[in-house]
Amino acid sequence: MPSRDEIFEKVRTALVDALGVDEDEVSPTATMVGDLGAESIDFLDIVFRLEKAFGIKIPRGELFPEDVLSSTEYVADGKLNAAGLAALKARMPFADLAKFEADPSVQNFANTLTVEDMVRYVQSKVGG
Amino acid sequence: MRWFWIDRFEEFVRGKHATAVKNVSLAEEHMHDHFPGVALMPNSLIVEGMAQAAGLLVAEAIDYNRRVVLAKVAGAEFHFDAVPGDTLKFRAEILDLKPAGSLTRVKTTVGDEVQGEAEIFFAHLEPGDGVPKLFEPEELLRWLDQMHIYDVGRDEAGQPLTRPDW
Repeated sequence: MPSRDEIFEKVRTALVDALGVDEDEVSPTATMVGDLGAESIDFLDIVFRLEKAFGIKIPRGELFPEDVLSSTEYVADGKLNAAGLAALKARMPFADLAKFEADPSVQNFANTLTVEDMVRYVQSKVGG
Repeated sequence: MRWFWIDRFEEFVRGKHATAVKNVSLAEEHMHDHFPGVALMPNSLIVEGMAQAAGLLVAEAIDYNRRVVLAKVAGAEFHFDAVPGDTLKFRAEILDLKPAGSLTRVKTTVGDEVQGEAEIFFAHLEPGDGVPKLFEPEELLRWLDQMHIYDVGRDEAGQPLTRPDW
């Protein structure tokens, strides 16, 4: 079972390769979109790399539940409603959504996910 | 300028790998315009050839039912210039393929020397609103024929590929 640091190192390598950023930019608190410049297509690339690095399968929508954020059931006036927040929390137990909850505008979500969230997600998959 | 950067396939195994060739010629316009006085094939166009070789391999693997669009090029490295008279070989392999996208690796060689390498990442777009049609079916089929895909192509079981009935 890999340690948290071992997971972080591999996640960092995946992000350096996928996003073309420097190693020292990939800190645990760095946000995927705001700090590291990830675009939507990069997330699929990251999924490929994490699957390979850790020998795991990442079902579509598990790491980035875009279906929740685009659902008319959960989104009104560009904001996620209470049911949507509950759905997001249930789908992303690995993510720290406290900041997002304060202002759940869909456009804010892009700046919610951090490198540490990626690490926690992988931990949940490999049992580290 | 016609946007064909591979001449034909020599080997094509569905969903796995393929080898395409391009004969670099002084007759090509870009040889004279890109670096006047220095005839070489720009590596940016070799990347396009890589994307065409790998993109057709991916498109065939998903039965051409989504638009295969070049999304990212990662880790591209080139070791020397391809010049008129060279035969460039593009060896493409699919590393991973999902409904929404695919990751491929392409290596180019001249003779026994590795000329370039890159990882090419494609997005697969569902036809529909906001997704432009890339090819008319007959135009695509003509290109596939010119590429000799159905002459050399094999499926997973080693049987000849069936030409689509469009």
